[in-house]
Amino acid sequence: MSDSRKPGEVSTKSLTMRLFALAVGMFAFGFALVPLYDAFCEVTGFGGRTNTEAAADVQTVTDKSREIALEFVTTVNQYAPWEFRAELDGMTVHPGGMYEAWFVATNLTDRHKIAQAVPSVAPQQAAAHFKKLDCFCFSNQEFMPGEEKRMPVRFVVDSDLPEYVDTITLSYTFFDTARLTDSSTEMAHPGHETR
Amino acid sequence: MSSTAAGVHAESHHHGDDHGPVKGWRRWVYATNHKDIGTMYLVFSLVMFFFGGSMALVIRSELFQPGLQFVDPAFFNQMTTMHALIMVFGAVMPAFVGLANWMIPMMIGAPDMALPRMNNWSFWILPVAFGILSSTLIMPGGAPASGWTMYPPLVLQTGDAFPFLIFSVHLMGISSIMGAINVIVTILNMRAPDMTLLKMPMFVWTWLITAYLLIAVMPVLAGAVTMLLTDQFFGTSFFLAAGGGDPVMFQHIFWFFGHPEVYIMILPAFGVVSEIIPTFSRKPLFGHDSMVYAASSIAFLSFIVWAHHMFTTGMPLTGQMFFMFATMLIAVPTGVKVFNWLATMWRGAMTFETPMLFSLGFLFMFTIGGFSGLMLAIAPADIQYHDSYFVVAHFHYVLVPGSIFALMAAVYYWMPKWTGRYYNESLGKLHFWLSTIFVNLTFFPMHFVGLAGMPRRIPDYSTQFADFNAMASVGAIGFGLSQLIFAWIVFQCCVQRKGEKASQEVWESPKGLEWTVPSPAPHHTFDTPPRVTGGVSFPHDG
Repeated sequence: MSDSRKPGEVSTKSLTMRLFALAVGMFAFGFALVPLYDAFCEVTGFGGRTNTEAAADVQTVTDKSREIALEFVTTVNQYAPWEFRAELDGMTVHPGGMYEAWFVATNLTDRHKIAQAVPSVAPQQAAAHFKKLDCFCFSNQEFMPGEEKRMPVRFVVDSDLPEYVDTITLSYTFFDTARLTDSSTEMAHPGHETR
Repeated sequence: MSSTAAGVHAESHHHGDDHGPVKGWRRWVYATNHKDIGTMYLVFSLVMFFFGGSMALVIRSELFQPGLQFVDPAFFNQMTTMHALIMVFGAVMPAFVGLANWMIPMMIGAPDMALPRMNNWSFWILPVAFGILSSTLIMPGGAPASGWTMYPPLVLQTGDAFPFLIFSVHLMGISSIMGAINVIVTILNMRAPDMTLLKMPMFVWTWLITAYLLIAVMPVLAGAVTMLLTDQFFGTSFFLAAGGGDPVMFQHIFWFFGHPEVYIMILPAFGVVSEIIPTFSRKPLFGHDSMVYAASSIAFLSFIVWAHHMFTTGMPLTGQMFFMFATMLIAVPTGVKVFNWLATMWRGAMTFETPMLFSLGFLFMFTIGGFSGLMLAIAPADIQYHDSYFVVAHFHYVLVPGSIFALMAAVYYWMPKWTGRYYNESLGKLHFWLSTIFVNLTFFPMHFVGLAGMPRRIPDYSTQFADFNAMASVGAIGFGLSQLIFAWIVFQCCVQRKGEKASQEVWESPKGLEWTVPSPAPHHTFDTPPRVTGGVSFPHDG
């Protein structure tokens, strides 16, 4: 049977091992997609991905001839007991100028809480040009029971912003990081969070 | 070396190979014989077909009228999710693996599969996997209800069933990968001496390609669900935005598996139909080699079209264009196959036995599903169709009168070889016609309600969709009952052993090595490899 091997044919054992190795390799490839996807998003601004660490190399030549409407959107993740809003609905900015906007969040529980804001920029073609120098989204925010906090974001819209973009939406989603930080039973059933 | 079937028995002298199978439960639990394992796969998938089908009937009963009738929405969602998981991983895939086990060794002149003990494992893992999955129905929080696509963050809200869902998917993956490795090693190493790759029958070819797809993508699915598991229990944030992850990334990884998966379910069906249409047209398969290249092209393209499932996630325009055109490109090799089947029938001396009827039904209705697929591929239009009943209509047309009809055709075509008896032809034809009428009554109206805006995966709907939904529900119940005829035919033929005795050839001069062994096929076939030149001709030899 297997003795009647044709020239150049691989033995059954070695072929089986190679195919198993292929399967293991594809399992690893599934995980390799994670950093690949991250790199892809960072480069292209895909999905409105914007910087989550302070931007370097920011130009400071202000282009007064161009006005960009900036809009703020705030969202609280479904199960997070927060109130979260922007102080202003929006503002008008010039490319190259440095600006500051303030956001306010309140912990509605009587417990100590840690929150994380996740930013996103639309349209995604603008994401790479919206550069945050400082942001409350760069790190976790701690809240005492019932505490209200005013938090800043400082940013520059660089003048390489594509010509056709005249409005940028900056959106923040506020997450309770309990799921990520404690190991209490809350984790397994986010739907049954006690308030 | 014997060249005929008659020599098969005479020369079996290896340490008592001519004994029959062992008696009792040991034959099945310790099975290493490809025919026994094939039978177990086929029986298992038939049971799962009825199990998953009964869930479909729960869904259609609830949707018979607007408003909530029978089940609460949470259970409804469990039904849609479990129906899909069971039909995809429990019915369609194992059925094709069962056919592969039974037929591939007999079609390439091999005595058995290359790795018989691993074969035993790949089958017996399946009942365990589906035992685990089914047990979630009675767990606190119920069965998984997030859809078979398991998108986070929704899937992370599954109750106690969550880790069981993940582990059952792991087990199904392991089973499929081992089965696929076995198929590849068998095909590459155990062909009869003169059977070159391009002389292989189409069913063997399509399975070779399918097996490579399985090895390439099942591990990726395993990786994706492992990430879900660690996100839920071990504090990782692959898909949790709060920790820097991205839920859309799950969709990319899932569909990188998911799109090749749909070809895993249809390529062996193409193979089956490519065997049956030539037999009942009494002509060789038109364009055998172009069929091989078409199937390979489809397999390659399946890796670069995944994001057409995600047009509404907000992709850059260039991304949408790429995935739209790459998807439409698949219509070219698929068209090659459809036209080759038509050309095979052209001026053939056709007869319409049950396997041929199911193959023709496949050809016609799979093409309808292909066309609605092209409509869905149009990125700007997809935004309207996305997650509507139009999508449900599309994938059921390619899966039910597509894959399932091809499976039915295969069972009718090869059952006389397996059992040595013909099935009841009149009942077979009745089964075909009832199935065809009801499958269209079920799924065709879904195109209309989908285009009119009815979303999928909901237990209630606007009253304007009531009439078409009532039609679909009647069709579904009719289709479900028609399958009982199939179960009865199989029972009569395989268990009761009723029916006319089949000859060695079974049909009128069919091509292929499986028709050179007696009917029913003996427990051991081709202990010595057959000669394929001269005596036996192949579909494309003319």
